Amino acid sequence: MRFTHFFFLLYFLIFLNCKQDKLQLSKIEGKQIQITDSILVHPEIEAFVKPFRDNIQKDLDSVLAYSVDTYSKNDGHLNSALGNFMADVLYSEANPIFKSRTGKEIDMVLLNHGGIRSSLNQGNVSKRTAFQLMPFENSVVIVAIKGAQIDSLIDYLKRSKRAHPISNLKLVVDKNFDVVEAKIKGKNIEQNYTYYVATSDYLYNGGDRMRFFKPNDTVYYLNYKIRNTLIDKFNKVDTINPVIDDRFIQIK
Amino acid sequence: MKRRNFIQQASAGTALVALGSFGLQSFTSSSKLRKITILHTNDVHSHIDTFGPEDGRNANKGGVARRATLIEAIRNENPNTLLLDAGDIFQGTPYFNYYGGELEFKLMSKLKYDVATIGNHDFDNGIDGLFAQLPHAEFEFVTANYDFKNTILDTHTKPYKVFKKDGVKIGVFGIGIELNGLVAPDLFKETKYLDPIEMSQEMTRILKIEEHCDLIICLSHLGYYYKNNPDLISDLNLAKSTKDIDLIIGGHTHTFLPKPTVVKNVNNENMLVNQVGCYGINLGRIDFYFDANKNKTANGTSIIV
Repeated sequence: MRFTHFFFLLYFLIFLNCKQDKLQLSKIEGKQIQITDSILVHPEIEAFVKPFRDNIQKDLDSVLAYSVDTYSKNDGHLNSALGNFMADVLYSEANPIFKSRTGKEIDMVLLNHGGIRSSLNQGNVSKRTAFQLMPFENSVVIVAIKGAQIDSLIDYLKRSKRAHPISNLKLVVDKNFDVVEAKIKGKNIEQNYTYYVATSDYLYNGGDRMRFFKPNDTVYYLNYKIRNTLIDKFNKVDTINPVIDDRFIQIK
Repeated sequence: MKRRNFIQQASAGTALVALGSFGLQSFTSSSKLRKITILHTNDVHSHIDTFGPEDGRNANKGGVARRATLIEAIRNENPNTLLLDAGDIFQGTPYFNYYGGELEFKLMSKLKYDVATIGNHDFDNGIDGLFAQLPHAEFEFVTANYDFKNTILDTHTKPYKVFKKDGVKIGVFGIGIELNGLVAPDLFKETKYLDPIEMSQEMTRILKIEEHCDLIICLSHLGYYYKNNPDLISDLNLAKSTKDIDLIIGGHTHTFLPKPTVVKNVNNENMLVNQVGCYGINLGRIDFYFDANKNKTANGTSIIV
């Protein structure tokens, strides 16, 4: 009987202790709410953003240069005026930086046809033009690869049969797309020589099925956006007048 | 008490999941029903403006000024709300290129974000670029598996943060993705990447046992799941390999989920993994209901998603 009392007391004490209720997770509800135009714009937030937006619009549209004609990446067979322009700009803008940091020079440039996202229209050229041509945040990388891998790069170009932007590489193919001439900066390609190829980080990482950049001796990240090479060029020149040339041609 | 039974019932197009009850550690004196609302975004990528009407997939969607209205309305309905972001706040529109993330952080502060974690793109202007914008953020960053000791960010992030809302203790910790191979080394500098599973286990131990949290949330930028690389660490794999996490809010993979995913953790207990796509098109909302265990025996937690 005493024991029963003891247990009763013990039970009572425990009950008192737990009278402070324990939090219990009883239900979880999850959903996703889409932000649509049925939700009103918050006036205070909108007013805060507006000056920033206006400033960007103004800057994006301020005239930097003039384009003589309208250039599309699809004009031309194996090289296009627009592609040539973008590859040459990458060379002219990135090479001095690369040289000052490493003492080395870029040997050639390769970009991809698909990476040109708009045409360059006749008339005023602004920062917005650069954002349209190159909306992606890709940056310049310079990859050190041997001549043997340059051969794979050339194989890629002749197999794809399209105007991928190149600079400082001269490529002539016959009617069967066999190489007649392949030169970098006017010189024949040496198998064991190391070439510094400038491209984008996207392509370096295998974008557009470009698999010849790895393995490599070294890769240099310039932390310089492809788009900014264009903007820097637009700031330097008054007129843009690129041409289709003989850097990559087919003789029939 | 620890066992969570999984009973899935189809109910008017939603899944109702019943869990075995599990005791929570806070002892409180009030017995009212408490509701904690978790709102979350991920991979907003500087998308401050609503998409234009001509945009192919996202026409007229998103926009921070609309998100602000929605969040304000939810906070008015339930003041016990936390607003979280799972990283990649930066990069994607000229706002970032022009202002380096200043506007993103200022707006998130105005929307009263409580805490965020760091995504790989938040290093796009380098660790110095991220550091330079921190004064504009009135919220804190949590990351448990980036060791910033030898970087400028040292002491500027925390592994976790504990909030108390209506007597409910909520622990939020951050987990980041491996930066090597994803971000140029000169951008993340000497940031050390620590194992996400080990650090999550450490965080849940601290939050559960030392901090006595009632609710544990992981803000992750690991990515939802990699079907071509299923063993790679991801939110689903982290969920399966850990315990005591109630909710993983993910990012990185820009995954649009039809509803939050119910995953069994290492103790075979159910928990949630969620992600809401990208670009501020969606806001995730998870409501946690707590009641005091006065008249109840173990009758479980229902998950309605």
